[in-house]
Amino acid sequence: MQERPVLSDRQINRELLDFVLHTPIWFWGVLMLLGLVFGAGFVAVVYLIATGVGVWGENWPVMWAFEITNFVFWVGISHAGVMISAILRLTQAEWRRPVTRAAEVLTVFALATAALHPAVHVGRFWRVIYWVFPYDFFRGIWPNVRSPLIWDPSAIFTYLTGSSLFIYSVLIPDLAVARDRSTGWRRTFYGILALGWRGNPRQWRLQTLAGILLSGLILPVFVSVHSIVSFDFAMALVPGWHSTVFAPYFVIGAVWSGVAAVATLMAILRFMFKLHNYIRPDHFDALGRLLLVVGNAWFYFFLLDFIFGLYAREETEVKIWQARIFEWPFNALFVIFLLTAYILPVPLLMMRSVRRSVTMMFLTSVLINIGMWLERYILIVPALQYKQVLQFSWSTYQPQLPEWGLVIGSFGLVALGVFLFAKIFPIIPIYEQKESQVFAAEVKVGKVTVPGVIRE
Amino acid sequence: MVVAQRQSLLGIFPTAEAAAEALDELGEKAGITPDDFDVLTSSPYPEGAFGEKPVAHRLYIFPIAGALCGFSVGLLLTVGTQMAYPLITHGKPVIAIPAMLIVMYEGTMLGAILFTILGILFESRLPSFGVGLYDPRISEGYVGVVVSTTSDKVPVVERVMRDAGAADVVAGPPRGS
Repeated sequence: MQERPVLSDRQINRELLDFVLHTPIWFWGVLMLLGLVFGAGFVAVVYLIATGVGVWGENWPVMWAFEITNFVFWVGISHAGVMISAILRLTQAEWRRPVTRAAEVLTVFALATAALHPAVHVGRFWRVIYWVFPYDFFRGIWPNVRSPLIWDPSAIFTYLTGSSLFIYSVLIPDLAVARDRSTGWRRTFYGILALGWRGNPRQWRLQTLAGILLSGLILPVFVSVHSIVSFDFAMALVPGWHSTVFAPYFVIGAVWSGVAAVATLMAILRFMFKLHNYIRPDHFDALGRLLLVVGNAWFYFFLLDFIFGLYAREETEVKIWQARIFEWPFNALFVIFLLTAYILPVPLLMMRSVRRSVTMMFLTSVLINIGMWLERYILIVPALQYKQVLQFSWSTYQPQLPEWGLVIGSFGLVALGVFLFAKIFPIIPIYEQKESQVFAAEVKVGKVTVPGVIRE
Repeated sequence: MVVAQRQSLLGIFPTAEAAAEALDELGEKAGITPDDFDVLTSSPYPEGAFGEKPVAHRLYIFPIAGALCGFSVGLLLTVGTQMAYPLITHGKPVIAIPAMLIVMYEGTMLGAILFTILGILFESRLPSFGVGLYDPRISEGYVGVVVSTTSDKVPVVERVMRDAGAADVVAGPPRGS
């Protein structure tokens, strides 16, 4: 049964703005810890720039490895925001309310972190701007719009801009609450950002429409982004990659890892900010049910990719799958991948007790993302490492310390971004919580009273 | 001829029901119409909950205009860069339409999103410099009713608001003459 505590507007303001307007001592400890994790990546990147890309374990033909794996992983995580926010908003799912903003914020920081990877990968990253925008008016050399490497920045830029503006537009009413409850420089800061919001019927009507309209606009972008990321592979000639199923397979995989990341984040936020009144077991239950559907859909596409790869019995394709499944170290990684991405989490999620346990949902969602990171790695490296016909040189890939630093640092960057956002802005939408209280009702059915929601 | 000064009053009501009742009374006793009042709340209420006029807006025009602008920019960018450096590969046309579609699609969507945000701000009358007659208690669940009336009706409006259960009534400065 759903729990629905009755909360006054004053209590909602106090509890959801507590961390924004007051700084507990533990804030500095967590900030330092996340700063250290991010620092590992920062040092790795500085070392890379100072020394050159040779410090990575990449060598011909494996010129993409941890960096592109991490890139695809973080773009995948970024799909959480739209999946949760837009789809649940459009379907008016009541349980979306405490989840939407954290999911949207995760989208922005995950996407920004992902976008850094190709830039870092080129070594002299300050020249990456030349790829993206028309340049060099003197020599007349222009970016090749036929390359998927040009499509990527255009899709990511659109998605990042759209998601950031989406967050801001739905944040305005909560900024007004922060303005009303703060003093001094904070009042000025939130006052400027709130743009003079008053909360009249016109503004609320437009705010509601904004949520629906922007959700509808961002959804097609969300599908396009990971489809285009899949084109980076599917439109290459590398065997093991040029699969017609890659676009939907990537999109559904992104949703699988993204929704799992939202579950992880919600568990952390609930524990860290004591949000027990807002992030409740029934929210995890709903997330778990959603994960079950998405997880099975993802596994279906994984099987399709596997079957299509083998069915034609094309020699190279078969050998790449052999390498993925039977050759060391990919065989060990493949087993861990299957266990963590599907075999363990899906049966666990079928259990109601697991879905309603915050600890178990945290652990299960972490498992899923370990599996999904490995999925991208197994997809990319064995295919590149395979010795093609007439290939004059090839080597195996061994990740080096700076690459591990980059991966760890990327987690630190996303966590730090979300944490600082939660310090400056309410991470749970305040007005959405109040709206749910306005529309809450209790329905008596026989001898029980069931919490319900009235909808226009 | 002397025109009466207009003045705004903000009544702070503890519940939405009290605010709606006050607005009914204001209509009957002080001739206040939906054009004369605004309701301030800390969360959205169903349209018409306070007897206000339905909100008229043109928000839907903005994404369409933005999409057209974004499509045009995408088209110019892709055609322009290919024409500027005409690279013929395998005798295929210089203008590669399938590849262009992707950048043009993203441009279209970006334009639509940017214009929608502008539309939301414009139609919400934001940014507004200063919040006007307002009370921070509104963000704590109180419902604010702002009534704009002529100075001679101010005592009636204030009395009706207090009788209907207003926790407080604040008067703004008189304006106009």
